[in-house]
Amino acid sequence: MRRVVVTGLGLVTPLGVGIEHNWKRLVAGASGLSAIQSFDVSDLPSKVAGQVPRGETAHGHFNPDDWVPHKDQRKMDTFIVYALAAGVQAVEDSGWKPQDEEGCEQTGVMIGSGIGGLAGIEEGALTLRDRGPRRISPFFIPACLINLASGHLSIRYGFRGPNHAVVTACSTGAHAIGDASRLIAWGDADVMVAGGSEAAVCRLGIAGFSAARALSTGFNDTPERASRPWDKDRDGFVMGEGAGCVVLEEYEHAKKRGAKIYAEIRGYGMSGDAHHITAPPEDGNGGYRAMRNALRSANLGTGDIDYINAHGTSTPLGDEIELGAVKRMFGQDAYRLSMSSTKSAIGHLLGAAGTVEAIFSILAIRDGVVPPTRNLENPSEGCDLDLVPIHAKERKVRYALSNSFGFGGTNASLIFGPAP
Amino acid sequence: MSDVAERVKKIVVEHLGVEEAKVTENASFIDDLGADSLDTVELVMAFEEEFSIEIPDDAAEKIATVKDAIDFIGKKQA
Repeated sequence: MRRVVVTGLGLVTPLGVGIEHNWKRLVAGASGLSAIQSFDVSDLPSKVAGQVPRGETAHGHFNPDDWVPHKDQRKMDTFIVYALAAGVQAVEDSGWKPQDEEGCEQTGVMIGSGIGGLAGIEEGALTLRDRGPRRISPFFIPACLINLASGHLSIRYGFRGPNHAVVTACSTGAHAIGDASRLIAWGDADVMVAGGSEAAVCRLGIAGFSAARALSTGFNDTPERASRPWDKDRDGFVMGEGAGCVVLEEYEHAKKRGAKIYAEIRGYGMSGDAHHITAPPEDGNGGYRAMRNALRSANLGTGDIDYINAHGTSTPLGDEIELGAVKRMFGQDAYRLSMSSTKSAIGHLLGAAGTVEAIFSILAIRDGVVPPTRNLENPSEGCDLDLVPIHAKERKVRYALSNSFGFGGTNASLIFGPAP
Repeated sequence: MSDVAERVKKIVVEHLGVEEAKVTENASFIDDLGADSLDTVELVMAFEEEFSIEIPDDAAEKIATVKDAIDFIGKKQA
């Protein structure tokens, strides 16, 4: 099988824009969570979210005009703008901008989203009801379609290889990386831009997840404390938004052009729960099998993993089920690895989460630092692993595993290792 | 220049993101101003909104230049 390495990274998260800016803030224990002010939340039970800070790019904030020409922003929902911002960062970081036919045809894009243009659909539905079909923009459909993130990025750079999009709820960003790396391994492409994007922090999004009883409601006055994985007081996840993209590349291809290599994709495991539309099975069997399959494909043992970036959404049920699955999978080795949830800092980026957290896992390997679980003040009973509470921790990370679990019972685990 | 012409040009500049100087009366939306077929649909919607008129699809198809738009709207308003 051809080996696949990571040669470019891009991030747009509630902590800001740019890889180093995000990483520095995450490791320092900063929070990207705040009170929602961009729309009316007075009648919504959850009033906090991880929102991408708007402002000057030079300050690590998000200015859409720096990524997409103003006139084109009308033609795409925010999730596509975030995807382009992360995708452009990753491509520029990798330095891979082929001009020849073969290079373009061997480069593809696979950026997914959990929900796609939810805010645009909300607005479009109101326009249809209030003003009739003639007022629906010709850009409504292409602005909301999930695969248009991949479409726009391919148009921007002339990438004419596989053009694809994953839609597996909160596993999207992980599946995108895993599936895209397999396309490279199989020879369908030499280079893939893979990632996830989400911009569902809108009234309809908050109302929907609130109705599913998934969101935190007890920390509306202290937003930075709302996401607290494995803590006794946790009461649901916090909606987040943003995007992550990586450039994946066949190892020899990257070596030949002297590319900077961040990490190698060593393992990828998938599973389905076949259990319930939103809840995981009590025994965490799906997560367990995703991790087992990832270790198997990596040909690694449980003692090789030094860091797990957990799915850890801060829901009462999910956090402990995942922790139980890790204990069962890793046995005594569970007690020598570190596991943290970076959702404690940025909230749950849904379809973007898997890619953003994969990037954090890669940076943990690069710098020998594991990011903290914010707000983990009083761990629930039995949560006795090193969950990196409050403060980041220096430790050598040889291999890192990142978990993502989605509604519908869809699970993915990725394992990254150092550059070959 | 008539009021209609000015308002039409303003909309074209805003929607297509082109320089004002390029928006001459004979400029074609697609050939000269970089619009695609979806842009022209949206432009017609913007004209309808701005002038509170309805432009039926068969008429919209014939609006290819800035002048076409000004003339059509002028007649509608007369």
